[in-house]
Amino acid sequence: MAEYKRSNLIADAPSGYCPGCLHSLATRLVSDVICELGQEDNSINVISVGCSALNLLYWKGDFLGVAHGRAPASATGIKRTNPERLVFTYQGDGDLAAIGLAEIVSAANRGENFTVIFANNQTYGMTGGQLAPTTLIGQKTTTTVYGRDPAVAGYPMRMCELLNTLEAPQYIARFALNSPKGINQARAGIKKAFEYQLAGKGFTFIELLTNCPTNWKMSPLDTLEYMNENTIPYFKPGVYRDKEAEVK
Amino acid sequence: MGEKRFMKGNEAIAEAAVRAGCRFFAGYPITPQNEIPEYLSWRLPEVGGVFVQGESEISSVNMVYGAAAMGTRAMTSSSGPGISLKAEGISYLAAAMLPAVIVNISRGGPGLGSIQPAQSDYLQATKALGHGGFHAMVFAPYSAQEAVDVLYEAWDYAERDRNPVFVLMDGCLGNIMEEVELPPMKELDEPPEWSLSRRNGRDWQGNITPIYTEPILEGLNAMAGEMYKSWEDDVKVEEYMLDDAEYVIVAYGIAARVSKEAVDTLRARGVKIGLLRPITLFPFPKSNLRNLDYSRVKGIIDIEMTLPAQMREDIELQVMERCPVYEYGRSGGVLLDDDGVLEAIEGFIEGGENNG
Repeated sequence: MAEYKRSNLIADAPSGYCPGCLHSLATRLVSDVICELGQEDNSINVISVGCSALNLLYWKGDFLGVAHGRAPASATGIKRTNPERLVFTYQGDGDLAAIGLAEIVSAANRGENFTVIFANNQTYGMTGGQLAPTTLIGQKTTTTVYGRDPAVAGYPMRMCELLNTLEAPQYIARFALNSPKGINQARAGIKKAFEYQLAGKGFTFIELLTNCPTNWKMSPLDTLEYMNENTIPYFKPGVYRDKEAEVK
Repeated sequence: MGEKRFMKGNEAIAEAAVRAGCRFFAGYPITPQNEIPEYLSWRLPEVGGVFVQGESEISSVNMVYGAAAMGTRAMTSSSGPGISLKAEGISYLAAAMLPAVIVNISRGGPGLGSIQPAQSDYLQATKALGHGGFHAMVFAPYSAQEAVDVLYEAWDYAERDRNPVFVLMDGCLGNIMEEVELPPMKELDEPPEWSLSRRNGRDWQGNITPIYTEPILEGLNAMAGEMYKSWEDDVKVEEYMLDDAEYVIVAYGIAARVSKEAVDTLRARGVKIGLLRPITLFPFPKSNLRNLDYSRVKGIIDIEMTLPAQMREDIELQVMERCPVYEYGRSGGVLLDDDGVLEAIEGFIEGGENNG
């Protein structure tokens, strides 16, 4: 059961996120799970560039702000030298699936023992809503004003599926944050990922489907419905890899 | 007493780093520096350290960024093209005030250039290692032994300043085999208070960031400016036969090594010539050059293994037109040789041509 109070790792201050943005919920879920596992003082949030960087303003645990796309590399430097710490990156889709594609694939392939929280809202929120690697076909952005045309901009990139081709990852899962059911599943998935990390089992990857009311130019409620009709059919939620479950 | 070994310059750098307390290295293969990661790949695990071969130069320097944030002595190395890729990470290290050591075993440039040695990265190293207008101390050793000495102290400067330290050598020095005397292993302190490590018993929230609100960033940049000025006290320079010199060669690294031989040869022929060798390129040994007796000095000769000369403007700012400044160099991976250097110097002395 969710407790309706401010989470311990989130400062008593405005988050800076736009009204209705699911980033707030995503970071809250992460914070809740860290507290539940008693890891407040042991965790390190590797904060990437984009709207995710608003974590810098309110995250109350140890954190390191890093370069755009490079969070998995910097997290490698942290975790390899301090394996006892609970290390996670918090990255958006532009950061992770475009400029940081080499870093995420290589860290996953090395089986780095940290967790990646990947917030996928199909656009670059912070810079004003440009085409992201995850933007849906036909979705309008400031650099695809008539909608994404695969003939010139390619197709939306599915990161869980891409990483699932690698041998090393321990856990890969995607959850949608537009329903109570999805939120509860996401919370359980984040907990499982962190538990695997604390047990030293290797690379864990959590994709959270989120929204961007501001740049999608929709009311928050409409974004939730848009996700049901468009995002979820393309980016199918589910557990793509769970090595423990495979063993059983 | 130190331990004497016959080592390649690159390996000497790697072993000196370990003895200086380096416990994390990430790098990507590029000629002519490959012996550094190769050596550290087996050596660091022996002392409880970590070696990671990154998927790129960019990734490697950002791994170093993460390790440095934990208070671990961390290093990366590369050569020109790879240093360009590391520019982002070096700028972030400076912004986040993280100590780390970056080694450039330079080669012919620009672009992919050539894999043969060249001193083609002076301007990059001393003026703009990345965006944003920051500096790092730049050391330019001219032998395997001096590289050992520089690496052994490098993190002391980096941690004092909470700023990256840059070591600029070239492929000749990286691959030269020489006897070196290795210092003992340093005893490591617990991680610094500012780091994100909790191994020092810290019980408050730690955060390190490369982004700031505007007034704080302005203040930090102003403080950095003061720090750069304070480095004037850290200038390292060798003055060789300057007391009565009428001609002064200014050269660093491999060019200084060739120039020193030229000084000996020309002295034997009765020419009053000496060598001013910057060991720190930033801070540049300004006062040593500015305070030469220009009533005696007839010419300054800038010798570099690159074309056109890159150090010349730094020299001219101190000479202030009190005598001619000449330049001689080879480039593109073509090496300086004794005869060429001697001929050039004698030409300057006899004719005074090519001034300008």
